[in-house]
Amino acid sequence: MHLKWIDYCIVGIYCVFVLGVGFALKRFMRTSLDFFLSGRRIAAWVTGLAFLSANLGALELMGMAASGAQYGMLTSHFYWVGAVPAMIFVGLFMMPFYYGSRARSVPEYLRLRFDEKTRGFNALTFAVMTVLASGINLYAMALVFRLMLGWSIHATILLSAVVVLVYTFLGGLTSSIYNEVLQFFLIIFGVMPLAYLSVVEAGGWKGLVARLPAGFTHTWENLGSASANAMGVGWFSLVAGLGFVLSFGYWCTDFLVVQRAMAARDMAAAQKTPLIAALPKMFIPFLIIVPGMAAWAIVPRGSFLVNGSVDYNLALPLLLARYYPSGMLGVGITALLASFMSGMAGNVTAFNTVWTYDIYHAYIRRGAPDAHYLAMGRIATVGGVLISIATAYLALQFHNIMDYLQLIFSFVNAPLFATFLLGMFWKRATPHGAFFGLVGGTAAAATHWLGTQFGWANYASQMAGNFSRAVWAWAACFLLTIAVSLFTRPRPEAELAGLVYGLTEKPGHTDLPWLERPAALALLAAALVLALNWVYR
Amino acid sequence: MTKGESPLDVRWPIGLLFAAIGFAVAAYGVFASPQAAASAGGRNLDLDWGLVMLLFGLLMIWGGWIAGKRQS
Repeated sequence: MHLKWIDYCIVGIYCVFVLGVGFALKRFMRTSLDFFLSGRRIAAWVTGLAFLSANLGALELMGMAASGAQYGMLTSHFYWVGAVPAMIFVGLFMMPFYYGSRARSVPEYLRLRFDEKTRGFNALTFAVMTVLASGINLYAMALVFRLMLGWSIHATILLSAVVVLVYTFLGGLTSSIYNEVLQFFLIIFGVMPLAYLSVVEAGGWKGLVARLPAGFTHTWENLGSASANAMGVGWFSLVAGLGFVLSFGYWCTDFLVVQRAMAARDMAAAQKTPLIAALPKMFIPFLIIVPGMAAWAIVPRGSFLVNGSVDYNLALPLLLARYYPSGMLGVGITALLASFMSGMAGNVTAFNTVWTYDIYHAYIRRGAPDAHYLAMGRIATVGGVLISIATAYLALQFHNIMDYLQLIFSFVNAPLFATFLLGMFWKRATPHGAFFGLVGGTAAAATHWLGTQFGWANYASQMAGNFSRAVWAWAACFLLTIAVSLFTRPRPEAELAGLVYGLTEKPGHTDLPWLERPAALALLAAALVLALNWVYR
Repeated sequence: MTKGESPLDVRWPIGLLFAAIGFAVAAYGVFASPQAAASAGGRNLDLDWGLVMLLFGLLMIWGGWIAGKRQS
């Protein structure tokens, strides 16, 4: 793929804009709350699109197109089972506690609901995880652009890290959210023509059905047993592992996404944030997965070969090269670049918040004036970017480390979801119960992982192993939390008002017209996602 | 930022960015190299989609402008 001057111009226009947004927002960053939580005044549609984009990274785009080419419509389970139900749940049932408690971060909620040690454990694991994830993202970006365009790895890493640093340093979370919204529209406009042209060339949906292997155009038909489909997962493991534990663990407890909702301007907007995100989310398969399938149907097999073996990750780059002339190619490349950079910015802004509020303020320096924490937030931003760069270079040296790290991330959130479920909906759950449950659940996940490494447990595919590990980790944390809670003393009910179901007034939103209430939006999203599952069964 | 003080409306950066990109791509499709741009089944993809992006950008700018007027 060769870029011309016009393509570089478009990439340049984007970078200038992103930096400009940072400078324009700088004067609004007066308190630490402005910097870390956008002063809690962002409109629901903006936080909603940011909530969606924070997860719509370039790796996900390329990976989902690849998975579409490899498995077909089965891949849409990651959206219709593995995301939308959890997004509806967090908006409708969990946001009243997150937003209502006025916690400034997910670990801070854990301190309010349980105690200091549970918060400390979560803050530390989260902080380490996010900076490492940010570094992996940076490394992946450099690799993709070298493969596609021959860009120098060092130049890509340094240039994008500097751009991300400048705009998050200046505008904090607001910068990050605004860029996620920009990224959302860039992806839509950058990929839509690709989706349209590739499906038309394949002869529409009917053409795809005729050209692709049997079962490629169905989501549920072949899930009766793990051996009947290419992914090697059965329906139970899919629904329990992906649909319940992994997806609820990510969407309901990961501060990276929850932070977007906490920045919303009021309770209704906070609740609507994930619900608004769910609506476009469920149609993204048509933008990404279906073109991946079309690529497999129309592009000659030889183009997918790298060193003699098929590399499905080429699906998206092959389509870009096939359909986009110079100009549009610049838009497509900018969309990828934007999603890499905003993915990194999302990690950095979540990191600086948890570092400043939950580690620095909690354990290093209490009671300083607010300006001190604002300054610390900026320092943490620089630190986060520097650690990301270091991680990216580490990954360049030791590729395997990154695979392991990504696997570890995949199960850190699974036990945490059990802690939140019990914390928010069972007032008897105690601080000791939560802490030992969380530690035990994480240990169970690690043990299970070692088990698959040493061959004590075998699964039809790596994915099936991941799903099963998540279920085990979740169950271990859930049962351990209950068991320890029954033998330890709960916190007095008066302290739990606003934090636990039954002791919190439900937001009825009776001041809003029926159609504008979160529940109406949730019903709409649920009906649509059921319909999609049915149509493409 | 205190309540009541409005930060930059996000529609402005979205609108300006897409107007700029749309204009650049459409203009490239018309002038710079129409034959290279005509790869997608004889269609000038740069011109068509550039205009769509330009229109979207202008709509966003209009939305930001209306919202700004309503606030002041």
